[in-house]
Amino acid sequence: MHDAMNVDYDTIIPNNVGLSDDRRVLKALEQWHPGYIDWWMDMGPEGFQEALVYLRTAVSVDPKGWAKFDYVKMPEYRWGVLLAPQEEGRVVPFGEHKGEPAWQEVPGEHRAMLRRLLVIQGDTEPASVEQQRHLGTTAPSLYDLRNLFQVNVEEGRHLWAMVYLLQKYFGRDGREEAAELLQRRSGSDDKPRMLGAFNEATPDWLSFFMFTFFTDRDGKMQLESLAQSGFDPLSRTCRFMLTEEAHHMFVGETGVGRALQRTCDAMNEAGIEDPNDVEAIRALGVIDLPTIQKKLNMHYTLSLDLFGSEVSTNAANSFNAGLKGRFGETKIDDDHQLTNDTYPVLKCINGGFDYVDEPALSALNMRLRDDYSNDCGKGVGRWNKIIAKTGVDFELKLPHQAFHRAIGEFAQIEASPDGKFLDAAEWEAQRDQWLPSSEDGDYIASLMKPESETGKYANWIAEPKIGIDGKPGDFEYVRIHE
Amino acid sequence: MTALLKQHLIDPEICIRCGTCEETCPIDAVTHNDDNYVVDAAICNYCMDCISPCPTGSIDNWRVVRDAYSLEEQFGWEELPEQEDMEDAGAAASIEALDDEIASLLDEAHSGTGGKAVAAASASKPSVNLFSRSKPAVATVQGNFRLTEEAVEHDVRHIILDMGDTVFPVLEGQTIGIIPPGNDAAGKPHQMRLYSISSSRDGERPNTNNLAITVKRELQGVCSNYLCDLERGAKVNIAGPFGATFLMPQNPDANIIMICTGTGSAPFRAFTERRRRAMPSAPGQMDIYFGARRPEELPYFGPLKKVPESLLRQRLVFSRLPDAPKEYVQDRMLNHADELAELLRDGNTHVYICGLRGMETGVDESFAAVCRKAGLDWAALKPGMRDEGRYHVETY
Repeated sequence: MHDAMNVDYDTIIPNNVGLSDDRRVLKALEQWHPGYIDWWMDMGPEGFQEALVYLRTAVSVDPKGWAKFDYVKMPEYRWGVLLAPQEEGRVVPFGEHKGEPAWQEVPGEHRAMLRRLLVIQGDTEPASVEQQRHLGTTAPSLYDLRNLFQVNVEEGRHLWAMVYLLQKYFGRDGREEAAELLQRRSGSDDKPRMLGAFNEATPDWLSFFMFTFFTDRDGKMQLESLAQSGFDPLSRTCRFMLTEEAHHMFVGETGVGRALQRTCDAMNEAGIEDPNDVEAIRALGVIDLPTIQKKLNMHYTLSLDLFGSEVSTNAANSFNAGLKGRFGETKIDDDHQLTNDTYPVLKCINGGFDYVDEPALSALNMRLRDDYSNDCGKGVGRWNKIIAKTGVDFELKLPHQAFHRAIGEFAQIEASPDGKFLDAAEWEAQRDQWLPSSEDGDYIASLMKPESETGKYANWIAEPKIGIDGKPGDFEYVRIHE
Repeated sequence: MTALLKQHLIDPEICIRCGTCEETCPIDAVTHNDDNYVVDAAICNYCMDCISPCPTGSIDNWRVVRDAYSLEEQFGWEELPEQEDMEDAGAAASIEALDDEIASLLDEAHSGTGGKAVAAASASKPSVNLFSRSKPAVATVQGNFRLTEEAVEHDVRHIILDMGDTVFPVLEGQTIGIIPPGNDAAGKPHQMRLYSISSSRDGERPNTNNLAITVKRELQGVCSNYLCDLERGAKVNIAGPFGATFLMPQNPDANIIMICTGTGSAPFRAFTERRRRAMPSAPGQMDIYFGARRPEELPYFGPLKKVPESLLRQRLVFSRLPDAPKEYVQDRMLNHADELAELLRDGNTHVYICGLRGMETGVDESFAAVCRKAGLDWAALKPGMRDEGRYHVETY
């Protein structure tokens, strides 16, 4: 009898799902494991596979045991299969099966849909590791380097989580999908990753922080919705993944916050009051606030595209089927079936924007995206507090939903960040005011010099307010040389 | 005087509002509005479940207050208020324990430090008070071995407690509370006793979920006799972990001077194991001055002889050898005066003293003598080291 709380290290794969009693799945995972390690060595963090990194590893899914810190070489990180504890008597919380006991096996009629949800979620995990693999060589500090690697190994673990579900519940199909997950490559022409934002490059650390703030936040929203699932193993998997995902939000929010802090401090030290005096500010070796706004515009809008079409039958079907709920489903006060409800969806109408009521079931992507934008907005508000505290007169803003979109209602039009329709020529003429130009990219790239002395930070970023695991400022988070 | 309260608070400047704490709290003591996540002082029972999952560290903040900050006050904060001065308590110090019974025992044990005890800068962050008298962890005795030879009068034991499925994270230098069963003559439950952990954080052997303590049988001692008589397989109620200052520095460059007698060696066994496992080639020097009456009475004498000098320079000192004059740890320190002075000049050097209270004065005098000889001023050096978390005393 396995113990659902503590992690079993008897098998090669640490787990709390009783793998040692489940020979079929254990064998499948053990056969997948070497391919995973090959993938990690080929596509994982470049140049640091031998470094000792101060990482946290879960030894239990109990709150007290899931954050053990110690030095580990990344390829030796104990990737495992960890599910949140099973809740007694849990029921399907929404959709047409609402109130029925939650499923411990895949319901036959929803098999294909569920498999697709798992594969899409699973595909994003290795993709982001691939996108970030070159960043180690330009880390602004050992602290940041460690945070990058923590994010990377946990994305790796999230892949394991999805692969476990595929192999446990989908037989041969699941094994094939699991193999495919190791074959696609971010940005590849032949075999790209499935979603657009996961094929974009992450060229520099500001992009990485923006990515973890905006794109990983999409991941958080998706996981929150899947954590509601009537398919209990998926719900339990996602609940545990969410505790790890919170660290990624942290890396993004504080990373951008520290860049803002440093820029504002440098401006104050140099007596520069105009935040738009880009040339003077760049001469200080920090990233000017307008450029940070452009990066924000870029990553926010790429992430909005991840929510898919505003009105979607797929979303309605997976909700009806009880597979994917809404953000905070159990805390919403309604019938959780949405049979007669409507939801306002922003659309292009007669040369302007207006809300149109759509059946709430079809508008679930829109609703999740709204929840997401709301969550992003609060984080941007906290960034603005950092700026305001320094006395610099500048506010970051989330751009309009129609700005720079490639999927959904606004894919065919061009709009400015404040929501004005533009024709193609107007867009072309002003694009570089709103999105990072190649010159902006070159400037940021010029700042990306590694800092590998303990307790030191690159000039463009402030040091963090507190260390990881309560460590002091000069702690050696990564031992690059043995 | 109103009772003081240690209030659990979340730092709004560091928190990213991920909601993990609210999700984790088993009794819904954490709540939020549009601005802040906050802890309800009326509900929080210090179970600490929320501490380790927090990605930012913002959750681990404490203020000693007379009246708890209300939820409304906390909702309105943009930053944490400063700790108010409490003239009647060294209250704002590192929180060694949350219940007053234990906190006062530890304050007493650390009083020889001569000021506010401060943890070494490179010490790991401890968990405290995960389990208490009212909510103990149940351990199983995995082994109970006599460390002193049968012939000698002192019965000192090495007791290994298996934590089973319970997550009980400890650091080298921390203590646990043993809750002996039964009541005293007045009908009150027996007092809890504190024991230093003598194994390192990852267990008696690496990656075993157990810990060891070193127990000397005391005449009439309720708890020590209870422990020394335990058979393998017996269940023991324990509280803790406790202690947030007498912790081992984790910087491999740290020099560690350990001075102990008897069971005061327990934390130093943990320190030595930690360094052997986690940083075997650490450049920092580790020295132990360890006093007992005779080799047969020195706990861990056998195992110590197998520890290489490169890891630990051992100065085993005996006061009752048949053919030798009495020698105490403070005497031996003087034999190594130059070496000690050189270490004291090094900002990476940490001093730990653990054992019977009686040793404090002699050791202090020896440090003063060592310093005088080398032109150093111990009276000035000691408080500086203490404030930097480099001078620690735990005596009883």
